[in-house]
Amino acid sequence: MKLSEKAEEILEALWIAVEEKGRGYLELDRVGVEPDDPAYAELAALAFIEVKNGSVYFRQEGKAEGRQTVRRHRLAERLMMDVLNIRGEDGDRKACQFEHLLNEGVDTKICTMLNHPSTCPHGKQIPRGECCIEAERQGDIGVVPLTELKSNQEGEIAYIQTGDSKKMQKLMAMGVLPGNRILLMQSFPTYIFRVGFSEFAIDTQMAREIFVRR
Amino acid sequence: MSWFNTRRSGEKGLEKGVVHRKVALVGNPNVGKSVLFNALTGAYVTVSNYPGTSVEVSRGTARLGDETFEICDTPGMYALLPITEEERVAREILLTEAPELVIHVLDARNLERMLAMTLQLIEAELPVILVVNIMDEAERMGLGIDIELLGERLGIPVIGAATARKRGVPEIREAIRSYDGRRHAVFGYGRRMEQDIASVAEKLKGSYRLSHKALALLLLQRDEEVAALVREREGAGYPAIEAVVKEKIFQRRESFHLDLSLERKAIVLGLLEGVITLPDKRKETFGSRLSRLTVRPLTGVPILFVVLYFGLYQFVGIFGAGTLVDLIEKKLFEELLNPWIIDLSQRVIPWEVIRELFVGEYGIITLGFRYAVGIILPIVATFFIFFSLLEDSGYFPRLALLVDRLFKKIGLTGRAVIPIVLGFGCDTMATMVTRTLETVRERIIATLLLALAIPCSAQLGVILALLSKTPGALLVWSLCLLLIFILIGFLAAKVIPGETPLFYMELPPMRLPQFRNVLTKTYTRMQWYFMEILPLFILASVLLWLGKITHFFEKLISWMTPVMGSIGLPKETAVAFIFGFFRRDYGAAGLYDLQSKGLMSPRQLTVAAVTLTLFVPCIAQFLIMKKERGAAVAMAIGLFVSLFAYGSGWLLNEFLLATGILA
Repeated sequence: MKLSEKAEEILEALWIAVEEKGRGYLELDRVGVEPDDPAYAELAALAFIEVKNGSVYFRQEGKAEGRQTVRRHRLAERLMMDVLNIRGEDGDRKACQFEHLLNEGVDTKICTMLNHPSTCPHGKQIPRGECCIEAERQGDIGVVPLTELKSNQEGEIAYIQTGDSKKMQKLMAMGVLPGNRILLMQSFPTYIFRVGFSEFAIDTQMAREIFVRR
Repeated sequence: MSWFNTRRSGEKGLEKGVVHRKVALVGNPNVGKSVLFNALTGAYVTVSNYPGTSVEVSRGTARLGDETFEICDTPGMYALLPITEEERVAREILLTEAPELVIHVLDARNLERMLAMTLQLIEAELPVILVVNIMDEAERMGLGIDIELLGERLGIPVIGAATARKRGVPEIREAIRSYDGRRHAVFGYGRRMEQDIASVAEKLKGSYRLSHKALALLLLQRDEEVAALVREREGAGYPAIEAVVKEKIFQRRESFHLDLSLERKAIVLGLLEGVITLPDKRKETFGSRLSRLTVRPLTGVPILFVVLYFGLYQFVGIFGAGTLVDLIEKKLFEELLNPWIIDLSQRVIPWEVIRELFVGEYGIITLGFRYAVGIILPIVATFFIFFSLLEDSGYFPRLALLVDRLFKKIGLTGRAVIPIVLGFGCDTMATMVTRTLETVRERIIATLLLALAIPCSAQLGVILALLSKTPGALLVWSLCLLLIFILIGFLAAKVIPGETPLFYMELPPMRLPQFRNVLTKTYTRMQWYFMEILPLFILASVLLWLGKITHFFEKLISWMTPVMGSIGLPKETAVAFIFGFFRRDYGAAGLYDLQSKGLMSPRQLTVAAVTLTLFVPCIAQFLIMKKERGAAVAMAIGLFVSLFAYGSGWLLNEFLLATGILA
């Protein structure tokens, strides 16, 4: 079964309203898809949603599907930012187009490649997929950006991912070199870490580019 | 380019005809180069516990044995390939001045990280002595370093030292005096790296200060300055070199910097095998516990307020601007010195006009000198003591990281706290320090904010004293300035093109400030400040005196009366504003006089204080702005600030009138 793009967008908007904002339904004029779009009929026929009194409601089967679409959208956002280095509005727009390609197992591959990220670039939770749960069960340790470490967690620097060679030089001058141990001491308001016997403070943007093996 | 000229005989500023052998101190920021410089030369340059304090090259001479050496202290650099302006300055010394000896100073605790630069210096075939500094703190941490073994491996003189405790200084002197040759060990990279370097190096034919191998590496790292130099030197041969460099850069486009760093790290690890003994367990010191408290928002913000309250308000505001000013200005000047001087001049100087110049209303002694010594000096002195204490404790980098997020909103990074906080002491000095900021955009925003919304300590002290007598006025004044600071910062960040740079900073360990260093530093800053203001104050007195005897002054006041009137101020305030043109604190002190005469209502006082605080920076600051940012930017900022100050005064006056606050 493959849903139309509009249908996926409806599910996404509805899931966010119901699951994240704790509402019971979503008014038709707030969905972001025209009320007369055939996508509503498509979803109703699959028994995913119900439209009554000018609002959209979930039916039991629809929730799981909505969760998957949100997951795909946020994974697409992560992919744009972390791997393709497309940021800001541009990244958001591209992610919107890209998410519709992430079905039928592609999402699992992307999720594994991104090392089962837990939040999207806007800081929202990415609903966990089966691959995430499986990885956790096996105690799989992946490579994560420094921002994913908790305070007082230590790791080994795996690589630095930046297109900017000046930034690379700065980081390397601080002793941020693959193979060195790094201890994250604090993550707010700025990241403070220790390499060797020196401590450094860096902002979130730089912390995102240091990848650490836990 | 003037850089690469061969050595001129007789360097400027030194004895004529005598050419001293030159020694350059280089190394990472905050490793104690300046302390060593002071120890060797007996001179004093500012030393602090803040990376990047030395923005300029300091020079001095040292007498070792029967020979005099010229020593130059360079700004901190992380590697031979420069990233920031200071690093470029430091490298230029190595490239142009051909020092006969390079002393690489590094921090014993970070030997592993910093030794990579020693390798680069040796590779460039520079004559190097290595000083492993801060040994005392390393030992306290349980870190053992076998200096002798390290020296053997590097093939150069290596000295363990703790220059802040004077340890190792005699050995360093001896090593400089007896340095005799350029023996050193040779290090090799991996085969592929060596081949790539050789393919570039073998094409270099000219003679340079640095070895061909080092130059080839810099070319491969896309160092534009070195590329320009090589283009000039090699002439017709350059296109062939450029082609090879481009080819290699493309082949290794994935990770050249990284590969090189990793290779260097491998060499360093090999060198340090058996040299370093690590402690079993990291010791938690009092400093590191305190450090943790200052950087956590939950404890750090209250600590910041405590520091500001006791440091700025109690110590500078109440003690400096209150107690000390009372003592010196009221007791010493008004009761003792002034009557005596006036009395004396009446007996000695027969001419009324000349008497006016010295002891009149705007007299050099009764006004200029009294303001400078009686009001400004105690305030500035207490501020600099406070600032030096903070600086040496290592608190500033922690403050920087705490405010980074907020500062990003106004187009700055946490790095800008130093100039901004220093601005509360002296805006002129702070404008000079803005050069440590990374981008031109940041420097312009910081310069603008300093010129507009940051009152200097002298001004602050006077204004605190001025407004504290009327409740509410101080609050209105501080709210106005805070609002303007944020608003203008925010707008400037929107209007001025460019991106906010990244924030990264090394956190030096927190240390107990050394009493002597704090005093010396305060003293040098005071000296600089006093030399800066005293002539201006005297000049102002003379000009005001001239204005008065030629009646030009009265005309100026009558011209300004409508302007003053439009923001609801009596015409007498024009005098204070004219003072303010020379220095803002001078103007504020003028207001102080007006207020003691009871000429102003709380509303007028507040409006005058806000306008004057925002108003044209003092002449000295304007000159520094012009020097640091160029005439166009300085003029633009000056014009904007003047108009904005007047506009804000008008708006505030209307607002206070309409709402009846402070009526």
